[in-house]
Amino acid sequence: MVRIDGRGDANSLIRARGLSKTYQRGSEAIHVLQGLNLDVDAGDFVAFMGPSGSGKTTLLNLLGGLDVPSAGSVTVAGDEITRMSARKLTAWRARHVGFVFQMYNLIPVLTAFQNIELPLLLTGLSKAERSRHVETALAVVGLADRMHHYPRQLSGGQEQRVGIARAIVADPTFLLCDEPTGDLDRKSADEILDLLERLVGEHGKTALMVTHDPLAAERARVVLHLEKGVLVDTVTAGRAR
Amino acid sequence: MKYGHLILSGLLRKKIRTGLTAGSFAVALFLFAILAVVRGAFQQGVDVAGADRLVVLNRVSIIQPLPLAYRDRLARIPGVTQVTFANWFGGVYQDERNFFPQFAIDRETYRQMFPEFVVPDAEWQAFLADREGAIVGEALAERFTWKVGDRIPIRGTIFPGTWEFNIRGVYRGQRVQDDTSQFWFRWDYLDERKSFAKGFVGWYTVRIADPDAAVRLVKTIDELFANSPSETRTDTEKAFAASWVKQMGNIQLLLLSIGSVVFFTLLLVAGNTMAIAVRERTRELAVLKAVGFSNGFVLTLVIAETLVVAAVGGGVGLGLAKLFTLRGDPTGGLLPFFYLPPSVIILGAALALAVGLMAGILPALSAAKLRVVDALRRV
Repeated sequence: MVRIDGRGDANSLIRARGLSKTYQRGSEAIHVLQGLNLDVDAGDFVAFMGPSGSGKTTLLNLLGGLDVPSAGSVTVAGDEITRMSARKLTAWRARHVGFVFQMYNLIPVLTAFQNIELPLLLTGLSKAERSRHVETALAVVGLADRMHHYPRQLSGGQEQRVGIARAIVADPTFLLCDEPTGDLDRKSADEILDLLERLVGEHGKTALMVTHDPLAAERARVVLHLEKGVLVDTVTAGRAR
Repeated sequence: MKYGHLILSGLLRKKIRTGLTAGSFAVALFLFAILAVVRGAFQQGVDVAGADRLVVLNRVSIIQPLPLAYRDRLARIPGVTQVTFANWFGGVYQDERNFFPQFAIDRETYRQMFPEFVVPDAEWQAFLADREGAIVGEALAERFTWKVGDRIPIRGTIFPGTWEFNIRGVYRGQRVQDDTSQFWFRWDYLDERKSFAKGFVGWYTVRIADPDAAVRLVKTIDELFANSPSETRTDTEKAFAASWVKQMGNIQLLLLSIGSVVFFTLLLVAGNTMAIAVRERTRELAVLKAVGFSNGFVLTLVIAETLVVAAVGGGVGLGLAKLFTLRGDPTGGLLPFFYLPPSVIILGAALALAVGLMAGILPALSAAKLRVVDALRRV
């Protein structure tokens, strides 16, 4: 269940209240988000759409603890992350958030295996346990045979699948996907969206995705539109319905 | 090591750049080590000088001799336990470039005065029994592949003629820094054959019972020979060696200046390289932070990379310097003590790491302060 009216109950996995973000550019104040409310339950797949500059990525950054709001609060699984220190927030991110980026952001000098292993280095897992987790993640994204390939040896779609494997390997509470298909051709984009759907449908993940692509948004269970820093409506969307 | 591959992959992404940076560390540390070796070679006489020995020279100059008769007068001074003397010969073996010091020594006392030079008894006895006998240092013997029994002709420059010597023994030093490039022969042979300054010696070395009495004895000795035709200038052996080094200029300052410039340049080069490396990887570092690596981790990662470059480059430089010094004195005898001691290697390694740390700290701090949101926005 996704609500934007601020009336969601305390059981929501993600709860934003009165979320605002203002940037100062010289003497001009730019209000990117303005008093936004959002409730997302566990297992939801939410797409955010809206024109450039509407605040989609900023919202994702605030929900993922990458940025701090000018006002308002974000609570995830009972933890109010907007009150956490930077150090605590970093540790929280490692445990709870899996990021999927438009440009994949793989480290080019590490193999697919090593890229996926990165979040696990922060855990107390042994090398053998880490390997097991990475192999499982690679199997989920269908790249078990590419684990020793470097990013330059992979196609764009494969790189993004490695990015998704990196995002899920530590079993985070939710996934934040910023234009995950924005740099891919249609076929590869469909494969990535299939994968995200499977992660939500079969593995019970919660995913929030920013996209410009209506076809991508259709795959989400709920599509939210942002305009001038405000969530204007919710649409129950697409094939997953 | 859990994060070893992260450090290594960071370094190997630009192999040529990393190689060149490590190379600059290698060159700097090689230079540092060689400068320290040269300094040590100049300083060696000072370092090994006996605390209980005084050197008595002619007050006018070191090349002016002193009468042999002074020996007994010196020996009678209370507090003096032993006296020996020697003479600079200044001969040439085959070619002027084959420089090595030759001393005409007092066969009766010289060995006792310098126990740090060890000569086997049998060889010393053979030396005493042969008027043309000579004892050579093991470095010198090795340099010219001389062995006991060889007959060595030396052309005199101060004392004319060709002088032939029979090598009767080889001495070695008790300590690694003892000079084993000397050639000793008997003073009585020199005095017999030379055509001038008969009955004169180059200088005296005096052993004193109490090193704390050195200042008083220096004064006593010089007062004893004051107003004589051959007045003396006495110094501790250490002061004598130090003044000898000083005659060649302020080597210490020169070497320190060169070393400082080299390390400062290295600091700029390495610092600039690391700053570029961090800037190029802004996005990757931001991703590391996004997935949960702390600012402290990123700071440590960048510093660790510079330290690895510094350690590898510095290690190579110091290793090459060690290999270079193992070949011995490259000057043909001017720097007989051409040795890289472990203390310099340790100091060099510490300096390399310190420069690495300083070079890495600013780029590391900027990486640690990086805001993930800003960094990911950059293309």
